[in-house]
Amino acid sequence: MSVALYIAVMAGVTYLIRMIPFTLFRKKIRSPFFRSFLHYIPYAVLSAMTVPAIFYSTGSIPTAVAGTAAAVVLAYLGKPLIVVALAASAVALLTGFIL
Amino acid sequence: MKKQFLTGLKDGIPIALGYLSVSFGFGILCISLGLSIAAAVGISATNLTSAGQVAGVGIIAAGGTLVEMALTQLVINIRYSLMGLSLAQKLDGSFSTLHRALVSFGITDEIFAVAYAREERLKPAYMYGLILISASGWVSGTLLGAWLGQVLPAALSNAMGIMLYGMFLAVVIPPARKDRGILAAAVGAALCSLLFRYVLAFVSGGFAVIISAVLAAAVCAALFPLPAEEEESV
Repeated sequence: MSVALYIAVMAGVTYLIRMIPFTLFRKKIRSPFFRSFLHYIPYAVLSAMTVPAIFYSTGSIPTAVAGTAAAVVLAYLGKPLIVVALAASAVALLTGFIL
Repeated sequence: MKKQFLTGLKDGIPIALGYLSVSFGFGILCISLGLSIAAAVGISATNLTSAGQVAGVGIIAAGGTLVEMALTQLVINIRYSLMGLSLAQKLDGSFSTLHRALVSFGITDEIFAVAYAREERLKPAYMYGLILISASGWVSGTLLGAWLGQVLPAALSNAMGIMLYGMFLAVVIPPARKDRGILAAAVGAALCSLLFRYVLAFVSGGFAVIISAVLAAAVCAALFPLPAEEEESV
């Protein structure tokens, strides 16, 4: 299948998800279950995408585990996104040199 | 009008710098999965979303179906619908339907957070400035990563592969400390994802993420419903 077709589907679905509610829907969501579901879904998605893929993200499990540990600690301390991302990468790099 | 646009540009500088470095990792990821530089840049320019793009290129690389692609984007990016609903309450009267349709393209976690925190009502020019600079950072970072990723030493480009996931952890962990529902949703989804990866490995990656996330979020919505009239701010 052509890559352009995949990209068109990706971009089209993503745009409609953003555009339809923002442009057309002007009422508030009332259902407590649906509101709660929408509240939890971003975190559930990111978590499912991260575990276990993060351990394979550097091509070496030990360096990835070290980078993950650094990211978890800094994220727990509430550091900014960019600091956590760069530190994870730096720790993975340094661990690779040591091993 | 012009002042609003410039304020938007200025407010977007931190977002653009963050995007520049994170999308560098996305560019490297695309090349490592066998995509072209043009495809990597094309995806970033038309999608403007980190998690959806990472999952999307995974599906392309694995030769997944278009249905899997559409469903994955729907589940991963559905949060933007909710952000759009919240943001729509803050718009200035000058926001026509056309402005809404254009600005909606730029609703991301970070742009939403900055725009939503603004004290005054949102004008179209402000949103265009904010989105333009952020998207520029995202697209140029992708281009640099896809292009330089091949030139950089392997040790460095490998290490940068973890950046996007590090950013995801930085989004999930702080609210999970304060909200046990979020903590349960994140841990539950991670456990499901592990189960799919190591036990039910016949389920493809995209579907594994969808099923894990929907299951965890639905169970948590039933166990830890939000208080009745609390204003949404995902």
